[in-house]
Amino acid sequence: MKIHEYQAKAILARFGVPVPRGELALTKDEARAAAQRLATSVVVVKAQIHAGGRGKAGGVKVAKSPDEASRFAEALLGKTLVTPQTGPEGRIVRRLLIEEGLDIQRELYISILVDRAVGAPVFMVSAAGGMEIEEVAHSNPEAILRQAVHPETGFEPYHARKLAFGLGMSVDVAHTAVPFLQSLYNAFIDTDASLIEINPCIVTGDGHLVALDAKVNLDDNALYRHAEFRELRDLDEETPLEVEASKFKLNYIKLDGTVGCMVNGAGLAMATMDIIKHAGGSPANFLDVGGGASEEQVKNAFRILLSDSSVRAVFVNIFGGILRCDVLARGVVNAAKDLNLKIPVVVRMEGTNVELGREILRTSGLNLVVAHGMKDGAEKVVVLAGGAR
Amino acid sequence: MSILVDKSTRVLVQGLTGREGSFHAQQMLGYGTKVVGGVTPGKGGTKHLGVPVFDTVAEAVRKTGANVSVIFVPPPFAADAILEAFDAALPLVICITEGIPTLDMVRVAAALKNSHSRLIGPNCPGIISPGKCKIGIMPASIHKQGHVGVVSRSGTLTYEAVDQLTRLGIGQSTCIGIGGDPIVGTSFLDAIELFNDDPETRAIVMIGEIGGNAEELAAAYIKKQVKKPVVGFIAGQTAPPGRRMGHAGAIISGGQGTAADKYRAMRAAGIHTVQSPAEIGSTLARALGKSKPASRPRPAAKKSTAQKSKKR
Repeated sequence: MKIHEYQAKAILARFGVPVPRGELALTKDEARAAAQRLATSVVVVKAQIHAGGRGKAGGVKVAKSPDEASRFAEALLGKTLVTPQTGPEGRIVRRLLIEEGLDIQRELYISILVDRAVGAPVFMVSAAGGMEIEEVAHSNPEAILRQAVHPETGFEPYHARKLAFGLGMSVDVAHTAVPFLQSLYNAFIDTDASLIEINPCIVTGDGHLVALDAKVNLDDNALYRHAEFRELRDLDEETPLEVEASKFKLNYIKLDGTVGCMVNGAGLAMATMDIIKHAGGSPANFLDVGGGASEEQVKNAFRILLSDSSVRAVFVNIFGGILRCDVLARGVVNAAKDLNLKIPVVVRMEGTNVELGREILRTSGLNLVVAHGMKDGAEKVVVLAGGAR
Repeated sequence: MSILVDKSTRVLVQGLTGREGSFHAQQMLGYGTKVVGGVTPGKGGTKHLGVPVFDTVAEAVRKTGANVSVIFVPPPFAADAILEAFDAALPLVICITEGIPTLDMVRVAAALKNSHSRLIGPNCPGIISPGKCKIGIMPASIHKQGHVGVVSRSGTLTYEAVDQLTRLGIGQSTCIGIGGDPIVGTSFLDAIELFNDDPETRAIVMIGEIGGNAEELAAAYIKKQVKKPVVGFIAGQTAPPGRRMGHAGAIISGGQGTAADKYRAMRAAGIHTVQSPAEIGSTLARALGKSKPASRPRPAAKKSTAQKSKKR
């Protein structure tokens, strides 16, 4: 689960990670009041959206007075920010973080994530703070220092010393890096984070480390043991269809093509998107109904697919193992009848009870195209969606 | 022959009395798999599906001689179940459960290194040596006994590939789903090493996904060590970066783990790559035909493969 910067900073602060003083503002007046209370010579007005690259997109402004903070807030609230991470449709700014301005001497990059090759949390740091780590990894991979933390011994001060001296910190600053990284590690473990990224982490003029920006992603699979984080979910940051799909435990991701896909299993769903592309079409979504979907889930999946107006044809590609083909067919037929289906649907299914499933489709009286194999299905659906583009 | 599981395998089901465990244990029994016991804490001493249920894995192993455990325990308790199986020194532990917190798997991965066990999964369909032993949730009917090893991160996509093979008359030695999570017990590399060492496995299909670099590591090994023909497919060629495509592991992050990178590594290793998932079976059939002289110099082996393909 993604959360906002201000939420991430509140969590980190609880673990003792130094963050700038700041307040959430939802209106220009709240922004002005926050700037007055902060009472620093400059304040920073930061758009809160679940995407990076805000600075370059004009979502971070330095204001020299509370009035200016209010003006920036007015300009940003309701504005659509387009960054490399939002996609072309961008994100509407609804929340702002107003923060004190700090004296920045140096900008560093610090993150923690689970390294799957090692099977343990690993710190990644670089002296190129403020830059996208992807860029650094690409252009200058040696500039990234890594330190794995063994899960049984946990964080040790030498981890921090290695990284701090590796980054060329002075002895004084390196000393503050020990508690800083320890707190960050504690936060990572205790919150079941999948990523903590501080970019930049600054060294202030008086030699302190401060998390100037913060990104915390939480492990969805662990949310059951963190009831306190549920309220941090911001449905405005998700597309309405994705929110709707999540209610029915469907894994749905909106994409920008015209062929709606309904598939069981994540691997097969990705492969289906690929084969549509090979046939010259473009998938409108990723949709995994899961291994053991019920008739009701299939029906809801179908409803969600059809409510996306860019979908011109639907491709149902199911390999029934646990999910039986007759259950699938009934779900598709019921959904098509209820929703007064107008666009073409191509169904390809294999596996358990496939004959029964095909019979249900055949006798439904609906205009469903039966495909033989993935390739045949993909080719048919691409033609029906308006041909190759 | 086959790898890891065969007719002599004795299986324990952790979570036997639950809905999933019950259903799939029944399917396994129907296939002829020797399910010798189940573990459900609190239900020890009872019987379920005709097999004895125990309170602990240690007791179950002692009394049944089980050498493999398969886990159908819900996510909050799954890591504990895996660790219990390691503690009972089971040589092979297969975890089907989907949705285990990653940091739980960090603990499991650390324990695995100091254990006597091999772990397959979690979040996987399991393992099958067709005609001998099925442990997991894959549909039995699509498989056919034979000589191709299949290893994959995904469930249904594995079924798709296996189905293509079987329709072409090409049987499988063993099919392993290694799982779609960021941390899994058995990697592509591990599985391919086992297939490479198995004299009855004559060709290998590897089905990867975007995310991580497990496919690249396997490709590097294949380049150096594997003479058998290998066919490779990567799902997610069209996936956008930064979005998790269903599997927790299937995410392009930090510019790492793209399909393009993986295809490049596979081609460099001499793997027969497939761009379309509909052509996995046919590509393997061609690869077997082409690479046979190089990889199977013994005439006897050559003959048996030829006979097999003629029959169908």
